[in-house]
Amino acid sequence: MTTNKTFLGVPVARPKVGFFELSSCEGCQLQLLNNEATLLDFLSLVEIVRFREGMKEAGDEYEIAFIEGSITRADEEERLKNIRAKAKLVVALGSCACFGGVNQLKNRFNDLEWVKKEVYSSFPIDTQEVKPLSAVIKVDLEIYGCPIKKEEVERIVTALVLGEEIHHPQYPVCMECKARENICLFDLGEPCLGPVTRAGCDAWCPSNRLGCWGCRGPAPEANLARLQIIMAERGISPERMMDRLECFGGFADFVAEVKGKKEDGR
Amino acid sequence: MKISCDIDIKHLTRVEGHGNIRIVIQDGQVREASWEVVETPRFFEAILVGKHFENAPYLCGRICGICSIGHTLASIRAVENGFGIMPTVQTQRLRLLLKHMETLQSHILHIYFLAAPDYLGVGSVLPLTRSHPAVVQQALRLKLLANDICDEVGGRRLHPTRTVVGGFTMLPDRYRLGQFRQRLQASLADLDASVSLFRSFSIPDFQRETEFVSLNGNGDYPFIGGDLISTDGVVKKEQEYAAMTNEYMAEWSTSKLSRLSRKSFAVGALARINNNFAGLLPAAKVIAKELGLIPINHNPFMNVVAQLVECVQVVLESMQLIDDLLAVPWQEPRQAVEVREGIGVAAVEVPRGILYHCLHFDAAGRVVKADCVIPTSQNHANIRHDIEELAVFCAGQGKKDKEIELLAEMLVRAYDPCISCSVH
Ligand code: SF4
Ligand code: SF4
Repeated sequence: MTTNKTFLGVPVARPKVGFFELSSCEGCQLQLLNNEATLLDFLSLVEIVRFREGMKEAGDEYEIAFIEGSITRADEEERLKNIRAKAKLVVALGSCACFGGVNQLKNRFNDLEWVKKEVYSSFPIDTQEVKPLSAVIKVDLEIYGCPIKKEEVERIVTALVLGEEIHHPQYPVCMECKARENICLFDLGEPCLGPVTRAGCDAWCPSNRLGCWGCRGPAPEANLARLQIIMAERGISPERMMDRLECFGGFADFVAEVKGKKEDGR
Repeated sequence: MKISCDIDIKHLTRVEGHGNIRIVIQDGQVREASWEVVETPRFFEAILVGKHFENAPYLCGRICGICSIGHTLASIRAVENGFGIMPTVQTQRLRLLLKHMETLQSHILHIYFLAAPDYLGVGSVLPLTRSHPAVVQQALRLKLLANDICDEVGGRRLHPTRTVVGGFTMLPDRYRLGQFRQRLQASLADLDASVSLFRSFSIPDFQRETEFVSLNGNGDYPFIGGDLISTDGVVKKEQEYAAMTNEYMAEWSTSKLSRLSRKSFAVGALARINNNFAGLLPAAKVIAKELGLIPINHNPFMNVVAQLVECVQVVLESMQLIDDLLAVPWQEPRQAVEVREGIGVAAVEVPRGILYHCLHFDAAGRVVKADCVIPTSQNHANIRHDIEELAVFCAGQGKKDKEIELLAEMLVRAYDPCISCSVH
């Protein structure tokens, strides 16, 4: 580590970091560039040796690897294992990396051949069931969200650099939403997963009058049985609730249990 | 004459997604020149099947992190066209303002962070923070403004939250919108400075004649919906998009490819200006002319200049849109939605070119079939033919390996390809 930066007068190590992407929309990496106001400060915290979307140089020496996206092809598993072998710390960046993200919605069909045909007809194309990073390598830290929240990333990276412990909120989005004094989406007749989803986004969607879709996965001790009752009481169909629960893969176990079996494409 | 060179770029940098460039020249003859797309597909069109309509815009935004607003709006338009819903004037204005700000954000990101480093002789924007701090600051200011307005109108700069079928979940704050109007006015100085910066760039002098496809603005500058036109004289209706895109597969690409009157065509800022120069506002026209962009321009490197011209166009138009919005009292943000069996097609000009979404619905409003044709997928074949031509051009000029490599990279970057989006 290089030590030419100081924090409150104390020299701080600038870890070498690399950014990588598997199958994804690259939105989570873009969120980092979307930090216009603090981008330059953020960049001074770390030494970026690889960020293919933003720079030509491609260093192979990194201590922290931020990996976005999910695994959908064998060559991605290999790339991932190589990165794991080089990095001291692997961070899964965003819901695709943590749970499979929207990509894992293709796993809900019972026939992968149908999925391929639906998009590519008879053209041969290579794909496999979508997996999160943790299915293939050990992941040290997960940053949730589709997209990730830049303030949260900055907080986590700062803690990493300063060697502090990293805490994820233990309460659901619903608490953040109440704290912001929003109108409850259920009172507007909209479904919301705020009661069961892990907080940390500051109730991003409900504050914009959109019910939460659960992109950050379940809060610890999420009461899904109770959620089913609330939805039923409010006249929201099980289909709409399941659309949200299965959207990003965070609630995969519960969804599999409720659905029982996979869907036919046709 | 160039005797030989062997260029093999795996996973080109400073573009979105994964593509490879290969150029082999032996004894002055081009043996190989190719652009390859190796991105993994995510199968969005299959994912949508069986899903209720409200999932479509929410999921489709996730096709692309850079143009999530464009995808969301295209998907919404496809649903609304399928159900026969006509958005209110207020909704139309807000959507266009939102899309303009995505265009500004995306173009600025490309111009400054992805393309400019090549023209300034560095590998990324990082060294520029020291050598050209004022340039970086002006880029960040423009991008921040665009993103702030996206937050205000769409709820979030990336994967917007307020945009739904029927309109918006909530409206922006009128007072803040007025303040944004002032910041847009002030941003014109930064755009002026950008134009001066561009005057110092030497854009490679390379031409290859091709066909350019875009929406037809009918004297306006085109953005959402309308007829599809090409510089070879093709005219089609929005619903006839498949006859404009003619998708096919080839072994060198996991993205689908397109062709029309020739072996390939181009979409994007340059295509829009080549087809709709007359619709540019006078100030944008002056800048285009000053930077040597007069239709029909066949130099693909000029796409970056076309993007800058469009930045001026969308800033001026957005000021007008805000004036129009603030001149009247506001209606409800959202219209009622009634589902209907049928097919909805949407054509929208997004930063990288014309984007099509087509959705088939059953009587319950669930998706039966989905098709998305992405700007970059329409450009891939044209990029490949450009690379072939560039190799011949370089072989003839006896350029050095490093120069050829850089030119090839700059050529692909000029298209601002969004490769993961093209494969989706
Ligand atoms: S988590 Fe969402 S924003 Fe991030 S890469 Fe995946 S789809 Fe994109
Ligand atoms: S409100 Fe829900 S869906 Fe929205 S960002 Fe937060 S966790 Fe994700």
